[in-house]
Amino acid sequence: MTDGDGAAAGGAAFIELDGVEKVFDVRRKTGFLKRERREVRAVDGLSFTVARGEMVGYIGPNGAGKSTTIKMLTGILTPSGGRLRVAGIDPSRERTRLAHRIGVVFGQRTTLWWDLPLIDSYRLMHRMYRIPDARYRENLDRCVELLQLAELLEVPVRQLSLGQRMRGDIAAALLHDPDVLYLDEPTIGLDVVSKAKVRGFLRDVNAERGTTVLLTTHDLQDIEQLCSRVMVIDHGRLMYDGPLAGLHEVGESERTLVVDLERELPPVEAPAPARVVRVEGPRQWLAFPASASAAGLVAAIAARYPLVDLSVREPDIEAVIAKMYAERASA
Amino acid sequence: MGVGSGRLYAAVAAGGFRRYATYRAATAAGVFTNTVFGLILVYTYLALWEERPHLGGYDQAQAVTFVWLGQALLAALAIGGGGMENELMERIRTGDIAVDLYRPADLQLWWLAADVGRAVFQLLGRGVVPFVFGALLFPVALPREVSAWALFLVAVALAMLVGFALRYLVALSAFWLMDGTGVAHMAWIAGLFCSGMLLPLNVFPGALGEVVRVLPWSSLLQGPADVLLGEADPVGVFVFQASWAVALLALGRLVQSVATRRVVVQGG
Repeated sequence: MTDGDGAAAGGAAFIELDGVEKVFDVRRKTGFLKRERREVRAVDGLSFTVARGEMVGYIGPNGAGKSTTIKMLTGILTPSGGRLRVAGIDPSRERTRLAHRIGVVFGQRTTLWWDLPLIDSYRLMHRMYRIPDARYRENLDRCVELLQLAELLEVPVRQLSLGQRMRGDIAAALLHDPDVLYLDEPTIGLDVVSKAKVRGFLRDVNAERGTTVLLTTHDLQDIEQLCSRVMVIDHGRLMYDGPLAGLHEVGESERTLVVDLERELPPVEAPAPARVVRVEGPRQWLAFPASASAAGLVAAIAARYPLVDLSVREPDIEAVIAKMYAERASA
Repeated sequence: MGVGSGRLYAAVAAGGFRRYATYRAATAAGVFTNTVFGLILVYTYLALWEERPHLGGYDQAQAVTFVWLGQALLAALAIGGGGMENELMERIRTGDIAVDLYRPADLQLWWLAADVGRAVFQLLGRGVVPFVFGALLFPVALPREVSAWALFLVAVALAMLVGFALRYLVALSAFWLMDGTGVAHMAWIAGLFCSGMLLPLNVFPGALGEVVRVLPWSSLLQGPADVLLGEADPVGVFVFQASWAVALLALGRLVQSVATRRVVVQGG
């Protein structure tokens, strides 16, 4: 871990976006032979930096601009405006040079050769990225061991399960020692065991190699377990950039205090802003701001009511983000 | 292009070869189909040349040879479809093309290498058997000199380049049309007719004949056949094929650069 942390703390900006925009022209049929041209701003003035060795979660609802950002970072799409650099390279201008320094995993697509054994795709990567033989062997052995691919190497890719294929794809993206890894939904459709394997491996790679990781996902557990920093994007704009825990405050999320009283009672009178949201027999649920202390609230209730038991529930991060999106949409 | 890229594209071609080699039942079915098509065409040609000897300057044995050559080259040159174009169009439509684009490799060379690998497999796997079958059962006109066969193979190699270049353009149309199936079908029909697959091009009369003989498709079957049958100057055929190959590959590069720069890569 020390390697990764040290690099993150000391490294200069490795991925740099400054006011990046991507505008698509969409033509819509409005009548017989009549078409209306409309601009869609998929990415709208996006600015952020990622330091070398950081592991950053990049989340947002469908159509928020996540994939468009990743495509611009690989050089497949050219930004309509703004400045974008990865490892000091302008991706769309020097796509091929950049390609040697990045690894990409699109969870819903594969880079592997569908009809051929897994090992054939790796041999191709060896040639494509001009990996020195010793380095290739070492990296392949490591991936095979950590991702448990030994029995799969001779199996045609089309016969692999989704989880096996995903592990195969992640190995393919790492054989050339990329400085940065873009992962687009790397755990989509995987079972619990496969997800744990993939996350464990990514953590190791980041810690040992100091690989910078930008992770796009809908699975917030990926973020909770891997990323110290999260960026939330919606409508092509950055809505939040900071530690995952900080999302609670931004989202004005609430914690829940569940109290069990000795008997059925009317809703307790708690000091504001805490309030009872639900009563079920002797059990009552109180909501209060996530930033406030639970101790004072508990003391106030215990002083006036016959308290038997209590528990505090942390806010659901998914609910927090859903609330952020909703607020944005109504704004 | 250095040694490194040479090895990469050799590996891609080898993969293209092995991918098709995997499907043995499909290959056997293809051999059977080519043999049956060959038989139907041979009897049609025999009837035709019986009625009109020396039609188009071929004698009957040459006409029969032309049929089996066509069946031997049909799959390899993907004249009636079955090459890389279906796969490439599908990748453009679904957005999987994104994966190809972020690689440190040239898109056109990559697909050319894969298609050459496929073509070599289909020449051996699907071409040889119908050809030998036809040569054993019917009177054919084949050269005895090794040099004539070597020249024929050069013409076939150039035909593979022209065939690829045409189908690559067809596939790239999917960047604009999203569904390139219609264009692909038109190209296949044009290919079958204009390559001489239905009837040798030297049989076509008047202006129609003049036109089809200078179109790129005549590089595919008519060119190699005339080299093997000794009906044309090999150097002239090579120059004709190479010119079309260079022109069409260059056009493919141009279209590719416009497509990848301006067109949206589909899907999230």
